[in-house]
Amino acid sequence: MTVTQAVFYLMAAFTVGASLLVVLARNIVHCAIALVFAFFGVAALFILLDAEFLAATQVLLYVGGITILLLFAIMLTSRISARGGKIMNEQVGISAVVALALFGLMAYANLKGFPALVPPMLAASDNTASLGRLLLTTYVLPFEVVSLLLLAAMVGAIVLARRDQGKD
Amino acid sequence: MVPLSHYLILSALLFAIGMFGALTRRNAVGVLMALELMFNAINVSFVAFSRYLPQQMLQGQIFAIFVITVAAAEAAVGLAIILGLYRNFKTINVDEINLMKW
Repeated sequence: MTVTQAVFYLMAAFTVGASLLVVLARNIVHCAIALVFAFFGVAALFILLDAEFLAATQVLLYVGGITILLLFAIMLTSRISARGGKIMNEQVGISAVVALALFGLMAYANLKGFPALVPPMLAASDNTASLGRLLLTTYVLPFEVVSLLLLAAMVGAIVLARRDQGKD
Repeated sequence: MVPLSHYLILSALLFAIGMFGALTRRNAVGVLMALELMFNAINVSFVAFSRYLPQQMLQGQIFAIFVITVAAAEAAVGLAIILGLYRNFKTINVDEINLMKW
């Protein structure tokens, strides 16, 4: 077993454990903390896959941005002291069956469909530079569309979250 | 090297875990967290394909960047909706918010 494989299985187990904690932990703040670890595990997998730019983006955006946003929402909405009560609705059993069936199907299809594919040798080029070139040449239209989407989401979030004028 | 199918099985496992969370969580913020897990699972498989398919053309990574952007937009709007729900219903348990349920 090479070092790459060892690191992969370690990070895979780490990520799966953290995401199980996200789904199963009783305290919602613990879920948010576990989510940080799951995001870090995925970032490590990106580095293993030679996607350094995406790993950095993952850490900056997910760990630094989305988790903080989620923590803010938790603090603003739930009473942390008022624990107890169930965390899951009554469809736990059927959801578990559906999720397991989906995983089984996808794992079966993977094992059947993808023979051990050898990754091609990387050409000696900078990952970030090539990504930037692609984003501003071939994919410039989707890039602009997604910028517009971000702007619209920002305006929408502000409009939804602010209080109505005149009230309180 | 790690075979491609291991990355894909990991991705499928993460997706299944996220789906279980999104289907069962009562807290709306918990549902959002499970959604983010599912986005991450998809990103893992995009990047794995982008690395392993014969021509290294980075399409998978470009797609992953777009997925991350849409996830950020989704999180912002989703949290604004959750704040609005909390303001109107004083709860964010999704099974208690059934005003439009027949």
